[in-house]
Amino acid sequence: MLKSLFHTEIALGLAQAAIASVLALLVVLLARRRNIHLEKDASIALLRGIVQIIVIGSVLALLLRAPRWTSVFLLAGMVLAAGSISAKRAKNIPGAGKVSTYSIAAGAGLVTAVMTWAGVIDTAITSLIPVGSMIIANAMNTNGLALNRFRSEVLAHTGEIETALALGATPDATIRSYAESSIHSSLIPAIDNLRSLGIVWIPGLMTGMLLSGAKPMYAAIYQFVVIAMILASSGLTSLLSTTMIQAHAFSKADQLLLKGNA
Amino acid sequence: MTGADRTTKDQAVLRGENLGRVVGTKTILSSISFEVAPSELLGIVGPSGSGKSSLLRLLNRLDEPTSGTAFLDRQDYRQIPPRELRRRVGMVTQRPFLFPGDVAANLRFGPAHRGKSLSEADIASLLDQVGLPGFAGNDAAVLSGGEQQRVSLARTLANQPEVLLLDEPTSALDDEAKRGIEGLIAGLAREHGLACVMVTHDRDQARRICQRVVLLEAGRLVQTGTVMEVLGA
Repeated sequence: MLKSLFHTEIALGLAQAAIASVLALLVVLLARRRNIHLEKDASIALLRGIVQIIVIGSVLALLLRAPRWTSVFLLAGMVLAAGSISAKRAKNIPGAGKVSTYSIAAGAGLVTAVMTWAGVIDTAITSLIPVGSMIIANAMNTNGLALNRFRSEVLAHTGEIETALALGATPDATIRSYAESSIHSSLIPAIDNLRSLGIVWIPGLMTGMLLSGAKPMYAAIYQFVVIAMILASSGLTSLLSTTMIQAHAFSKADQLLLKGNA
Repeated sequence: MTGADRTTKDQAVLRGENLGRVVGTKTILSSISFEVAPSELLGIVGPSGSGKSSLLRLLNRLDEPTSGTAFLDRQDYRQIPPRELRRRVGMVTQRPFLFPGDVAANLRFGPAHRGKSLSEADIASLLDQVGLPGFAGNDAAVLSGGEQQRVSLARTLANQPEVLLLDEPTSALDDEAKRGIEGLIAGLAREHGLACVMVTHDRDQARRICQRVVLLEAGRLVQTGTVMEVLGA
């Protein structure tokens, strides 16, 4: 129906985006009836999302003519933004911004670098940027989940942690099981994505490859490669951020700093 | 200063000197000084929100004083590694927070963290001390409130502390269990020479077992002295 109304690709795309947004907002209204207020968060996120993706589309259009090495700067910019967004999920944890940025940079950066070196990711901007951004975005989500869970676990077990400290335990020992639980739960989405691949969902990358004429078998295998890379980078990011944030949760005198009223 | 105060000061194992804590713009404690000697049971009394528990947390260094300091055996406690300090100044909290597992595992917790393992005889002796003989293999999760508090006390004693801090250890217990714990604490101070600092909102409890008390109000020390001097008969 839309294709008959809109005759340019950009107009068609904007109309499709408007319909998808209306659908999302309907769900927000549905949630509101149950006293779950997502209006502000969802509206801002939708607006930010469309503006950001249009900007990146424009940048990509320009970069297609730029030298390949420029993609490194774009990916670095994405890591910085991801660190900042992810840190907001870890309110009241001292040093969450730095920890998030370093962890995402190391987790996503290392996996992207190794896979590019091995020739799994093509160095062409049209390949490196979309695949790299998927890896960074998933590392960001995992990092946010890990830090958020870590914070919740510590706040829910302040009494147990301080009791152990008062008995002479090291901060690391008092908090180890909560850190492990945070890592585990943060990786559930990445593991479930891998487990349900092809059965529950056919991800966007494979769809895109099929639409652009790739052979279905190669598109399918490459999709697995990307999801496996996402699991690797998410796992590394979660491990690093949870390890680093532990040091910020305690003072030099082994006092718990992360508290409900912090 | 009375003769008794001077004697306590001379013999003090733990001494707070102008201890204070400010969080943001809120003054939690202001310039608190006191001392406690071996075998003495010092009560910290005062209304809710007067800073009693906050003072205890400073003494175990779970929180950092923003002014003043404390001395353990005449040594500034900031010079003692926190883990060693917490072994020497043990703390029993209002809620016992027992760890999952059996009673023996709870008792082994502190010593294990400094590389020491308790023998079966050590555990039996600690449990005898707190009136729970034969409880070593019991699941900590199914104990009564009074039993949990006794295990918590034994777990702290397993570290062989010089000072015992007790934060309203009987507030959640019925009268019978409360009297049992009171007798236990008084016995530990009297017979084992432990210096005890006990926070309580119950003035009658302070009269029953403490020798001296510190009265706090709104984070300030209002009066310190013998139970009779501060709380009357």
